[in-house]
Amino acid sequence: MASTPPEPTNVLVHPLVVRVTHWINALAILIMIGSGWRIYNNVPIFSSIEFPLWATLGGDPDLTYARNSDVGFSNALLWHLAGMWLFAVNGLIVISYGILSGRFFRRLFPIRPREVTATIGDTLRFKLAHDDLTTYNAVQKILYLGVLCAMVLAAISGLALWKPVQFQGLITLFQSFQGARLVHFLCMSAIALFLVVHVMLALLVPRTLLSMINGKVRAPLRIPVEAGE
Amino acid sequence: MSSRTPSRSLFRPPSGVDQSALAENKGIVRSIERRLFLRQGLSLGALTLLTGCDISNKESVQAVLKEFSSWNDRVQAWLFDPAKLAPTFPESQVLKPPRFNAFYSIDEVKPIDAASWKLEIAGLVKDKRPWTLDRINALPKVTQITRHVCVEGWDYIGKWSGVSLRRFLEIIEADLTAKYVAFECADDYSGSIDMASALHPQTQLTTDYADEPIGNAYGFPLRLRVATKLGFKMPKWITSLEVTNQYPGGYWEDRDYNWFSGI
Repeated sequence: MASTPPEPTNVLVHPLVVRVTHWINALAILIMIGSGWRIYNNVPIFSSIEFPLWATLGGDPDLTYARNSDVGFSNALLWHLAGMWLFAVNGLIVISYGILSGRFFRRLFPIRPREVTATIGDTLRFKLAHDDLTTYNAVQKILYLGVLCAMVLAAISGLALWKPVQFQGLITLFQSFQGARLVHFLCMSAIALFLVVHVMLALLVPRTLLSMINGKVRAPLRIPVEAGE
Repeated sequence: MSSRTPSRSLFRPPSGVDQSALAENKGIVRSIERRLFLRQGLSLGALTLLTGCDISNKESVQAVLKEFSSWNDRVQAWLFDPAKLAPTFPESQVLKPPRFNAFYSIDEVKPIDAASWKLEIAGLVKDKRPWTLDRINALPKVTQITRHVCVEGWDYIGKWSGVSLRRFLEIIEADLTAKYVAFECADDYSGSIDMASALHPQTQLTTDYADEPIGNAYGFPLRLRVATKLGFKMPKWITSLEVTNQYPGGYWEDRDYNWFSGI
């Protein structure tokens, strides 16, 4: 028995809910960032930061102007205020599922400082193991938890900007209307940075990308251990 | 030479490639192709989305976006609390003069002659006599120091005084159960708000800014002030007021800006 190599088996790491909400969220994030950049460009917070038109959502300025006498700012707002429903409703499903199923706690915790330094060390020495995709390493846990918080805060600051009178308590939380705007911008920056790293790593280890489609990864090979060892 | 011969290369085996290698690795090749297809599919999707090459102007996309906009109108009407007041601020924070904003630049403003100016009244109203500025100024004034928020993202604190719009609508015996109050302006601007917002305690027909008659560049002699809406919902240089049940639209609303635009 012990001499035959164990059969590689596939295990389900991402249930259907997780996969579907992941791709809906990906679409929602692209809509929100693309349209948000167009809205931002109209009156930038930082004069040195402006987003290239091609990367924004709101239509070609000339074509849009020909249709509705606006260069695409109102179009971007339409996208943003429609996309927010996709983002918010999908996000609520993600959070409820993550908490109720115990998935968040199981996969994102515990985060041990020793593991964090070990993972960073492995990464810098290009020795990061990804034979076992059924669990997250410490840095992954921190990044996923961080981007989750950034998305929640983006939604809260967005709500403050959308309804600064009806939800005036939120404006108090962010000090002022411009404070909420800055927080909203910083959340976007965090999400965009995460997105770059996330997509890059998924392309480096394409099995992870595949697992977000079919849900499965290869189970880690367990070397049989003699009893009493 | 008519036939093409491959150029000599260090990387090309002199005797050609053994075709059996292809058959042996068929599985791997196929999985690479599948993976590539997947990746390209995803990046193509992202590309069309981000460049927006013109999915934004597609009729079907516009229809969906506008459906969401009218859904947002309904949600905002439901969220609107007629008793909730916008926060007020101390005098020291008032911006003087206020920030100029119109669909043209400040040097294109055409000042209005107060003596010949009149406010026309139309629609579901009993008393349709036009108002002169003196008559409006004789009405009791209310004052507010509140935050003005523009759809573009900027804001400032201002001090506005004038007659409460609710009070004015009562004086002209308007049908307060009508749906809309619409405004037309001397600069060909126009706008409309819902009746619930028109009756809000902080909605006023403004004649003064920071205790002085409102400046030529900022809407003299009459502008609307709604503390619960975005700036573009407040017409300036107003020349007529109409109470109606027919959706009146407005200058920016006709350019796809969300109609309710409550804050």
